Amino acid sequence: MNNKEFSIIVGGAAGQGSRKAGLIIAKLFNELGYNIFIHEDYQSLIKGGHNFSKIMVSDKEVLCERDKVEFLLALDKNTIVQHESRLTSDGKIVFNKDKIDFDKGIGVAAETITKEAGGIPIMSNTALIGALAKIIGVDFSVLSNVLEKEIKKELEKNKDVAKRAYDSVESLMKVEATGKNPKPLLTGNEAIALGAVSAGLEKYIAYPMTPATSVLHYLADHKEELNVATIQMEDEISVVNMAIGSAYAGKRTMVGTSGGGFALMTEAISLSAMSETPLVIINSQRTGPATGVPTYSGQSDLLFTLASGHGDFTRFIIAPSDVNEAFIWSNKIMNLAWKYQTPAILLVDKELSENTFPFDETLINSVKKEEGLMFDGNGEYSRYKNAENGISPMAFPGEIRDTVKSTSYEHDEKGITVEDALSIILMQEKRLRKFKEMEKEVDNLKAVKTYGKGSKVIICWGSNKGVSREVGEKLGMKVVQPIILQPFPTKQMQKALEGAEEIILVESNATAQMEHVLNSYGIKVDRKILKYDGRPFTLEELESKIKE
Amino acid sequence: MNELETKCPNTWCPGCGNFGILMAIKQTIDELIKRGTPKEKIVLVSDIGCNSKIVDYINVNSFYSLHGRPITTAEGIKLANSDLRVIVFTGDGGTFNEGSSHFIHAARRNANINVFLHNNRLFALTTGQFTAVSPKGLKGKSTPEGNVEEPFNLPELAMAAKASFIARGYSVKVDHLKKMMLEAINHEGFSFLEILQPCPSFFDTAKDYNERTYEAINPEIDSKEKALGFIREWNYNGEGKIPLGVFYKTERLHYEEEINKGTEDNKVDIKKCLATHL
Ligand SMILES: Cc1ncc(C[n+]2csc(CCOP(=O)(O)OP(=O)(O)O)c2C)c(N)n1
Ligand code: SF4
Repeated sequence: MNNKEFSIIVGGAAGQGSRKAGLIIAKLFNELGYNIFIHEDYQSLIKGGHNFSKIMVSDKEVLCERDKVEFLLALDKNTIVQHESRLTSDGKIVFNKDKIDFDKGIGVAAETITKEAGGIPIMSNTALIGALAKIIGVDFSVLSNVLEKEIKKELEKNKDVAKRAYDSVESLMKVEATGKNPKPLLTGNEAIALGAVSAGLEKYIAYPMTPATSVLHYLADHKEELNVATIQMEDEISVVNMAIGSAYAGKRTMVGTSGGGFALMTEAISLSAMSETPLVIINSQRTGPATGVPTYSGQSDLLFTLASGHGDFTRFIIAPSDVNEAFIWSNKIMNLAWKYQTPAILLVDKELSENTFPFDETLINSVKKEEGLMFDGNGEYSRYKNAENGISPMAFPGEIRDTVKSTSYEHDEKGITVEDALSIILMQEKRLRKFKEMEKEVDNLKAVKTYGKGSKVIICWGSNKGVSREVGEKLGMKVVQPIILQPFPTKQMQKALEGAEEIILVESNATAQMEHVLNSYGIKVDRKILKYDGRPFTLEELESKIKE
Repeated sequence: MNELETKCPNTWCPGCGNFGILMAIKQTIDELIKRGTPKEKIVLVSDIGCNSKIVDYINVNSFYSLHGRPITTAEGIKLANSDLRVIVFTGDGGTFNEGSSHFIHAARRNANINVFLHNNRLFALTTGQFTAVSPKGLKGKSTPEGNVEEPFNLPELAMAAKASFIARGYSVKVDHLKKMMLEAINHEGFSFLEILQPCPSFFDTAKDYNERTYEAINPEIDSKEKALGFIREWNYNGEGKIPLGVFYKTERLHYEEEINKGTEDNKVDIKKCLATHL
């Protein structure tokens, strides 16, 4: 077993606390300065079924899931059945022997220990964690520290359970501290929330829908530090229209949903474009169509999102891939929505939204709230002033003496309804000039990222960047990742693809939606690797598919 | 009243009940300004329909929203800036067909907004189809043999949805309507003002309303039973008297105050938040 890189599965039925256990194990390694990547796999049910967290740990960067498993922590028998085949030859199964009849691996009398400590059955997961800490040779004090941070209820009993389990097993190795400092561990949704706050978010409005819901939970839970009012409305239509009202009155507002809810929001996306009211939507994709597979991932909303809303208009669509990008681009998209008074969609997926990654804290010093163009108070205010670059200064009702009129109808400069041909052309062309400015803005941003060199190229977007990068590095391939998807960064993509002899597209959908986009900008792909089972590509899987 | 005029040509049909509503709201706004509300603190929000054109005809802040959605837009405006007086103009089609859920939820949560319903009891701008408050049997283009659905009793629905202010006016009785508007706007919390509005082009109810409406006064304004007594005098079909007036009024905490609690001071500390992630 390589003492510098492991993957660990903690699994059990829903309600047994495997996710929390996974986070505690991750934080244990984080304390020792390791890099972490947690993939969450859970079903759309509350009790029973099979949930697991897969924690990748490495002293190097670790960006994606591995197939192989070094430690399997089983809260129930099913976890062993499901994952035993992935265990490496020297891998270990650590299991609750009071519950599971199994003759290999390391049995921990989790329930007996819990009873002795006066705890409750769910603390069995703490027992397995305690045992793991001993097995890998981590000092109990390190675990004790982590438990103190992570456990709010019955801390002392949990520590007691952990210690008893710790003492009940033998140490098999010694995982050393790397000497590096721990990093904050964030899910994509948490990073999105923080990024938006750094750009002045004041209101977050949502209707629960996995995998976007945790943004709402997180902001509600951190009201004290982040000062965002969180609102749950009766449906996604009210969510998005309320957000538009709030932005019209001057408050930076964001909403979040997944495919079905996003579909309900599309009429208002068009309203945001027409009324030129800033709107930021998080669309976190699940496996589609329709209700699809709610707690699994996909990238099949790309074309729908690119064309969301009726009428002629351009939106910003940005697809970050990990927590650092999620933070940076969530800040940026909020600033852009207000600079260009336009709808803007952060297109993510369950893999980014709910997986956990280490966050580079220094990024918070590189972002700020950028103010939009405001009315200077000279002359009479016209909400839709026919500005040369199409960007009419904003003003908020109640903050100036003049009238602020916004509308869903085609309108004149004052915001009064018009139907004559000349007025229609005038306003549509004002907006078209604004869309040109949005294109120029994209040209000036780092809208396409590249990694590595080589004439063989992987194109990927969103959460597939992590696995593509690791595979690209291994196989000496270049990886090209468009981050801004609308306005499409054509020039930057062409530059990134100069000299490419073979282009392989990696996507998590069934119809190669990104290929349609690339083709429309004259980019041809030679081969595509598609996955549409709701699960992410693992390192081994993508590598072997590319080698095929 | 010049300050409230816009240059927008009025396109309502001659004799349309909307003219009376326009007159009443302009007088109401004048009165509000006279009593000390700065004009810029008033925001009008409208739906889509004949009724909604009203915002083009008044030089006051406005958001001309989507069909069915102005209540939610208004809730957002009030959420963002509680100093604003937010008034929604909407039609029976917009609010009780397309957007019915928003009405009941805004009432239930006591959003501090005013909903002024231009009730012509059909879709007018789409040339005359039945709505959820059309009388059973109404012949329209989509129901040449007569509408087969039962209508809602709107104040009764508002009561069931826990609206904290419920009133009815009539576009022909402008002075009374203005009084209703002022009372509704001065009410802190969700107010629902139903305005009977004849549509001479598709459903001319003026003669009927002139004969049947009367000004009612609920002596116990916060009694639901008393209010429902008045409200049930008219069932949107049949005969009988049609009461006008404030039917019901009660005080309770309003939504925006409660939901914004704890976020007023604008202090943000991302570093402190990140510390919880180590
Ligand atoms: C989503 C949507 N559906 C349909 C329409 C078409 N439409 C415009 S106005 C209207 C009905 C208006 O009826 P009502 O709300 O009663 O207002 P009125 O015209 O009677 O004042 C409809 C259905 C629309 N604008 N938007
Ligand atoms: S159709 Fe009816 S409601 Fe519309 S303007 Fe004409 S009279 Fe008024």
